[in-house]
Amino acid sequence: MRASCIKENIAKMPYVIHGENRDWEVIVGLEVHAQVKSKAKLFSGAATDFGAEPNSQVSLVDAAFPGMLPVLNGFCIEQAVRTGIGLNAAINLVSVFERKNYFYADLPAGYQISQYQRPLVGEGWVNIDLACGSSKRIGIERLHVEQDAGKSLHDQHPTYTLIDLNRAGVALMEIVSRPDVRSPEEAGAYLRKLRAIVRYLDTCDGNMEQGSMRCDVNVSVRPVGDNELRTRTEIKNVNSVRFVMQAIEREAERQVEVYETGGAVRQETRLYDPTKGETRAMRAKEFAHDYRYFPDPDLLPLTLTAEYVAGIRATMAELPDQRKQRYIDDYGLSAYDAAVLTAEKEAAEYYERLADGRDPKLAANWVITNLFAVLNKQGRSIANSPISADDLGALLDLMTTNKISGRQAKEVFEAMAEGGGKPEAIVAERGLSQITDAGALEAAVDAAIAGNPKQVAQFRGGNDKILGWFVGQIMKATKGQANPGQVNALLRKKLKD
Amino acid sequence: MSTLRSLSIAAARDGLARRDFSAVELVEAHLEAIEAAGDLNAYITVTADVARARAAAADDRRRQKETRGDLDGIPIAIKDLFCTEGVRTTAGSHILDGFVPPYESTVSAKLRDAGAVMLGKTNLDEFAMGSSNVTSHFGAVKNPWGPRDGKDLVPGGSSGGSAAAVAARLCLAATGTDTGGSIRQPASFCGIVGMKPTYGRCSRWGIVAFASSLDQAGPMTRSVQDAAIMLQEMAGYDDRDSTSAPIEVGALEQAAVAGDIRGLKVGIPVEYRFDGMSGEIAALWQKGIEILRARGAEVVDVSLPHTRYALATYYIIAPAEASSNLARYDGVRFGLRVKADSLDEMYEMTRGEGFGAEVRRRILIGAYVLSAGYYDAYYLKAQKVRSLIAGDFTLAFDTVDALLAPTAPSDAFAIGEKMDDPITMYLNDVFTVPTSLAGLPAISLPAGLSGRGLPLGLQIIGRPFDEATVLRIAGALEADAGFEPLPVRDDG
Repeated sequence: MRASCIKENIAKMPYVIHGENRDWEVIVGLEVHAQVKSKAKLFSGAATDFGAEPNSQVSLVDAAFPGMLPVLNGFCIEQAVRTGIGLNAAINLVSVFERKNYFYADLPAGYQISQYQRPLVGEGWVNIDLACGSSKRIGIERLHVEQDAGKSLHDQHPTYTLIDLNRAGVALMEIVSRPDVRSPEEAGAYLRKLRAIVRYLDTCDGNMEQGSMRCDVNVSVRPVGDNELRTRTEIKNVNSVRFVMQAIEREAERQVEVYETGGAVRQETRLYDPTKGETRAMRAKEFAHDYRYFPDPDLLPLTLTAEYVAGIRATMAELPDQRKQRYIDDYGLSAYDAAVLTAEKEAAEYYERLADGRDPKLAANWVITNLFAVLNKQGRSIANSPISADDLGALLDLMTTNKISGRQAKEVFEAMAEGGGKPEAIVAERGLSQITDAGALEAAVDAAIAGNPKQVAQFRGGNDKILGWFVGQIMKATKGQANPGQVNALLRKKLKD
Repeated sequence: MSTLRSLSIAAARDGLARRDFSAVELVEAHLEAIEAAGDLNAYITVTADVARARAAAADDRRRQKETRGDLDGIPIAIKDLFCTEGVRTTAGSHILDGFVPPYESTVSAKLRDAGAVMLGKTNLDEFAMGSSNVTSHFGAVKNPWGPRDGKDLVPGGSSGGSAAAVAARLCLAATGTDTGGSIRQPASFCGIVGMKPTYGRCSRWGIVAFASSLDQAGPMTRSVQDAAIMLQEMAGYDDRDSTSAPIEVGALEQAAVAGDIRGLKVGIPVEYRFDGMSGEIAALWQKGIEILRARGAEVVDVSLPHTRYALATYYIIAPAEASSNLARYDGVRFGLRVKADSLDEMYEMTRGEGFGAEVRRRILIGAYVLSAGYYDAYYLKAQKVRSLIAGDFTLAFDTVDALLAPTAPSDAFAIGEKMDDPITMYLNDVFTVPTSLAGLPAISLPAGLSGRGLPLGLQIIGRPFDEATVLRIAGALEADAGFEPLPVRDDG
């Protein structure tokens, strides 16, 4: 059992806030804005590259010039349908784009084209992976497609706000969960799972730091045992998994304190301040809009055929859960190991390359225990791993063919992690090799027995532990190159003679 | 030169082909007349340089035997709601101050590519909102048929500048746009032909939007045949407009000149015969019926039972869409900006100063009917009624091929009249609005004169995308109506 599973019992306990008088549980729903991976925007041909010069990727449509009309980018819809299928959700063959009207300087048309009453994707669900291989189903309420707004830059000029419209019109998928999340850990697992799904499907970068995935969190609390939902607050625009988890914790604690001091939680929009570790209410003016939704008369209702959806379904990439099950079924991995390896598409691809033609459990062990530790220590992603899957495979091959011992393999692995090069080269350079020749090993064992009669007597007197000492002596004599398993067996045989 | 300016497009086309005159001569005659008729205020912007260059190019093409077709070298006017590349576009509003589009609307681009010569941009009600052309930031347009009783008359609206320019022979034809009657009603007031095609027939791309589900471009001309020639070039599918229809236009000019309407069935919507209809309108309508019968068409009564809800429905849907469409005029990216200390204040001051009273009124109505708590009672209900109104027409067209109705409830009124109560003004659209809500093609053609000697129009309404039948019936009606499309005020 792995170290992380020591917490198993704790993980299975519900997340409870112990108030002064009673225990409280937290109810969380998440709204994730995932930027559709597409070369062009939702309703214009302008590019969508991240980090381009301000206002260099803006068409007349994006800037809402007079007489400009939106034309739907079919690829964005395909991506959203693909994502919807990945969320086990119903695809609505008729959906409607509506206008969400509000004034802001970075919203050129004065309305955002979004979906409201009739979204593209209806109800679905995802499984989230929790500690020790357990999982939980989180309901998806809907996924709808909408345009992003531009960016207001308030810090570029002493008296003016500058506007960058590169992002204006970029396609987003808003994925709304059911209020099924009960702890910060579950929220984190949900976001990681969502990110894994969109990355597996290549429908979104899933990069929260660059803003290609953003999250609004709805939080409420209620006494353990109650069934009624209480007033929720919405924490807007939280931009990392860690902050989402922190924000839920802080907001839940705040609400408990409000109730326990006789107050009432107000339905409001709040922001999370990670430096202070607290949420604060936005001014009413910052969110009190009457959006005056109505169907966009520039666009006809979006009508898909069942064949179109079936065509996308037929070309779906493997999803994280499917891959996880395959690892359990085909590789004989534990649910926990399979979940860990499939959480990131790149890690899973690395693992499969490594496991190809090798012992899958051994490969899983090395990736999870050794490689992830190195990546973690070096702060790298698996895409930037210092050790390629092929090199790690070569190392495992040296070990499984008894060219080197397991201990030596660890040593070589550490060297590879520090940029030491190919495993074969390191083995040669350090003169590492394993003596497996029976004759040579027998000679070493005989020499050790002959040179240490006192210890031989102790063993024969019943001290089994002395066997380890003998192994050590032989390893020392062979500069660690003797095969420990063979040495062990030989020692037992000869000492008992 | 008044002979050159009085030509139909068809005659000018033939004259150019025979080299009786050049495109440059045509243009010069018109530019001179536009200058002389400045008091009509029909044009907001005269594009003399553009016109001369395009006319010279048309003449060159003709010399090279590379003429592009019927409209090559024909001088036309463009309603100032169409964005024109490199030429100021105002929508009749102060809020678009200094706006010069870097693009050309699809419809005006098609006309330009066909060789039509743009003389200038015509005046209109601000953002096409009005029936009198008095809401323009650039001042009212005078109807060339006026004055009467010492008062200048309105040309109708919103395409009032285009209608006045065509009637006063300040162009051979013009583009208009029709949302609830903005082509047909001014055509009726100015004694010209105006056609609103089926919604989706002409691309809306590059036309400043008023109410997206209703706006439709169309031709304004002095004959049904000319309307067909113009529409042939203006219409067509455009992949930049998602509401544009990929449906063949057909040969329109042939239909317009065919004259044979034997066997066609024309419906008379009985609900249009409302109490208080003026005697001369009723008489005009009867005259139309008789002409059609004499030409061998069968004329029958039909019922459009939801007609009386049309105006109320229109004045919910059109302002709702307008309130959203006009949100982009915020002082941030183009047009007028009134500087202020905060963003909200900048919006308020820019939009307060930039929009006129009628536009502000419609934005307020539109925002109200879409707002939380009122949406179901107003906007949603209006959409349902709109479907019922469209259904009335669908049912009627099961038995008839087209409908005949008056275009407007009166002849042109004086500038300044009907201004106190917006509802009175909105009643001008009573015969045109139902067709707009149903998205159907309709043409207004002059069919007679009122007691004051002012033109009155009749309207032919057709099935969706059946412009050909509409033009066929209109052509026949025109031939026997005996209307001389010549304003009293012709200065030639």
